[in-house]
Amino acid sequence: MLEVGGPPVQRPIEFDRAGSWLYHSSFPSARESARCAFDGMREGVTSVEGPRFRPARVIPALMTVGLVLVFVACSGDPYPQSTLHPTSDGGTAIDRLFSQIFWWAVVVFVVVESALLYTVIRFRARPERGDPKHVHGNTLMEISWTLAPAAILVFIAVPTILTIFETDGSAPANAIQVEVIGHQWWWEFRYPQLDLVTANELHIPQGHPVQLIMSSADVIHSFWVPKLHGKRDVMPGRTTRLAFTADSVGTFLGQCAEFCGASHANMRMRVMVQAPSEFDAWVQAQRQSTPVDTADRRVVAGRQLFGRTCIACHAIDGIGGAIGPDLSHVGSRTTIAAGILPNDSAGLTRWIGNPGAEKPGNLMPQFPLEPDDLAALVAYLRSRR
Amino acid sequence: MATTATPHAPDVAAPTGFWSWITTTDHKRIGILYGATALVFFIVGGFEALLIRLQLGSAENTLIGAEAFNQLFTMHGTTMVFLAIMPLSAAFFNYIIPLQIGARDVAFPRLNAFSYWLFVLGGLFMNVSFVAGPLFGAHAISVAPDGGWFGYANLTSTQYSPGPNIDFWVLGLQILGIASLAAGFNFITTIINMRAPGMKLMRMPAFTWMAFVTQFIIVTAFPVITVALVFLTFDRTFGTTFYSVAAGGDVLLWQHLFWLFGHPEVYILILPAMGIVSDVLPVFSRKPLFGYAVVVYSGLLIGVMGWGVWAHHMFQVGLGPIADSVFSATTMLIAVPTGVKIFNWIATMWGGQLRFTSAMLFAIGFIGMFIIGGLSGVMHASPPADLQQTDTYFVVAHFHYVLVGGGIMGLFAGIYYWFPKMFGRLLSEPLGKLHFVLMFIGVNLAHFPMHFSGLLGMPRRVYTYSADLGVTGFNRVSTIGTMIIALAVAVFVINVLRSLRRGEIASKNPWGSPKLEWAISSPPPVYNFSVIPTVRSRLPLWVTDGVSEIPDVPPVPVHVPGGSMWPILTASGVIVIAVAALAKSPLIAIGGALAVAVCIFAWAFEPFEV
Repeated sequence: MLEVGGPPVQRPIEFDRAGSWLYHSSFPSARESARCAFDGMREGVTSVEGPRFRPARVIPALMTVGLVLVFVACSGDPYPQSTLHPTSDGGTAIDRLFSQIFWWAVVVFVVVESALLYTVIRFRARPERGDPKHVHGNTLMEISWTLAPAAILVFIAVPTILTIFETDGSAPANAIQVEVIGHQWWWEFRYPQLDLVTANELHIPQGHPVQLIMSSADVIHSFWVPKLHGKRDVMPGRTTRLAFTADSVGTFLGQCAEFCGASHANMRMRVMVQAPSEFDAWVQAQRQSTPVDTADRRVVAGRQLFGRTCIACHAIDGIGGAIGPDLSHVGSRTTIAAGILPNDSAGLTRWIGNPGAEKPGNLMPQFPLEPDDLAALVAYLRSRR
Repeated sequence: MATTATPHAPDVAAPTGFWSWITTTDHKRIGILYGATALVFFIVGGFEALLIRLQLGSAENTLIGAEAFNQLFTMHGTTMVFLAIMPLSAAFFNYIIPLQIGARDVAFPRLNAFSYWLFVLGGLFMNVSFVAGPLFGAHAISVAPDGGWFGYANLTSTQYSPGPNIDFWVLGLQILGIASLAAGFNFITTIINMRAPGMKLMRMPAFTWMAFVTQFIIVTAFPVITVALVFLTFDRTFGTTFYSVAAGGDVLLWQHLFWLFGHPEVYILILPAMGIVSDVLPVFSRKPLFGYAVVVYSGLLIGVMGWGVWAHHMFQVGLGPIADSVFSATTMLIAVPTGVKIFNWIATMWGGQLRFTSAMLFAIGFIGMFIIGGLSGVMHASPPADLQQTDTYFVVAHFHYVLVGGGIMGLFAGIYYWFPKMFGRLLSEPLGKLHFVLMFIGVNLAHFPMHFSGLLGMPRRVYTYSADLGVTGFNRVSTIGTMIIALAVAVFVINVLRSLRRGEIASKNPWGSPKLEWAISSPPPVYNFSVIPTVRSRLPLWVTDGVSEIPDVPPVPVHVPGGSMWPILTASGVIVIAVAALAKSPLIAIGGALAVAVCIFAWAFEPFEV
């Protein structure tokens, strides 16, 4: 359930530093090292002292510990929402551009900060040197340090503009279209070509272009799944677009990136990138109505309760309100309440029992339900697979 | 602040007592008032930051709820921008500009007092919202603004923000805008008209120059936000539909207007600090500013170019590839004059005799950290990269490096540098250095990890985040850094309070500075200059015969304008109108408007000779 980021990243393991410290390629790139350094900061992954100070006997034990830590860190993806680990064409293009700019910035940083430090140390006051000469300027130098940054900026601007046009949101004609509609505080996903609607968990096929056509039902939101693409605002009265082709199977985290009110932090989502055959199977399942298990008394009772209360805002199989997410197949989702709770009995009970506590300010009222009724409702919703 | 008693007393002796401060029109006193008030708001805003960081110190923390958190970050941003950094700069504009150009006061002393009172009352008005809930029948005690300092439409509409929270923000900003506009015109007039003989524009100290540029940005940028806020007020109060999508309005209209103001506002915040650094570095290097003209022109250029970059705050809305490319290019270009300044500052120190006083340390710290903020700024000048960075902690890191590492550090440099001029006593150097070291560590510890938490996917303005994101460690370090900043500020406050009473007595020119303000006593007499000096050099005190003789005792009696109660009364009338808008009461509004009209009338006919 909580597996995020697809198959564990395959990282040849050499020794047991914290987390995924260990890229075994003959020479890890500096940027990868930087990423690894992040790993060390991750909570729950304690940095283990390098082995060179340890007696040889300890090494096997440490390796075991290290492997466990690596497993902890990498069984899921340590950074499921990272902008630095792209898994799509657009995401990769952006990351490539960022890398170039980043390295220019590192060069400038090192040069200028060194110049500053050198000056500060070299010219600290020493009375024996006497009063400094009053230099008022030097035209040649000033022209050169005007032109040098301008020249560097050209090297940043050209790939920038190329990438702008590469990632402008247009997709090929065969792209799967998804209408993304932002709500306070959940995501509605409609597939007009496939005639299905879901919420908060976007399913897309691997290797197939996707076109998101986005708008908002209320205030401005922003669709952001960092591993797949940069963010794009989702606005009322306007249509915005994103296009990308996901290149890896897996579950990728995202969340609203534009402040949209009280529960902005609770407006999360997941994108499930599936192998094309699995995606097709998911589409088929979503398009069929789930039969009600009439043998289960709780499910039947829950269904009746749903029809008296929840249906005002939530639709199942095309019947019901459109204020909240469509719940036709809510049981097939991994999370509930826009990704903030696991979609199991406990999570659903918590959510329906007191929506305002989980997602402050949201529109769903707290119904005074008897425990039995709540359990019946949960059972019914879980049966909607 | 005591004035020196001289045998030739001015026409109006410097009065003392509480009432004399309320009615003062002396630019020096108003400067001190601005500074003291700004520091109080700085501490309030810092306390808000501390609460924000405590909440974010661990994942899924429940210390502060969503609503309170949103109020805190909204008020933290609003307070730091409008109530701390801007008025702290204004404190220096007030106190220092007339002294640097050889004037006895600003052009409009009463308008100056009006600006101050409007600022302090506007700031109080906004902060009262923290306890005003019961007045509005709200379930919470606090109805503080909660739409972010940027207040994006249509979240700020009555539909999505029905409470008084946004009204406090809109009205408060309008009030502060009036204060800033009045001050801006005042300083422009002062700098153009009141320079002493020989104080040509290209002889003005770099600080006054940057302040001059800042005033032009203020008087051109604030009308834009004023218009945007009027639209919003009308939408909220009279049901107009400027930002209402259902009625054909456009939510992006607000963003364009806000950032058309908002980006120049960034330069309003940073240019004064750049000016301070340009004044401080030469003094403690014993060398003139390297490339004075280029530093001035690049400041002007930044001020002008600042108008052409606003849409880089809007890359994520999808303005289209052409607009994105253009605004990307203009944004990158603005890095050039900024870089030039940095190189000129380093060149100023090159070959000098560097004395590491607290002021100098803060100025050097400014350069070191501003470089980091500038470089991350170039990163999100690139729209595709910005799509991953904007609205994340990466951007939070960027502008805190610019505004805290840059702006605040620069202003602290100014405080250590000019404190002896303002109060006649030096701040403690050991405490100053401790302040610097703590501040330097704290700022970097708090903000550098934010680069990582942002790149790893943590959005801004979230009151909680999932432990799954893997950013908890970075957040914890940031929180510790913020606590160290708080400690640094505590050291600073102790230093100020202690030095006001027991600091080492300052001579006229304790630092050996070349500028005009150091030619007179510390603190200066109420009339500033016993005779208006004639200036013959950009560095009047470093060259022989750079300025005419300024006797300690005025050869002829000096007339000094007295106080006036109309500025504070007029400002109070404006607040009454704001309260009326909040209470939706036309009657109170009419009363307030009448009061303002009467006060302005009385003000205009008050016998007040300058």
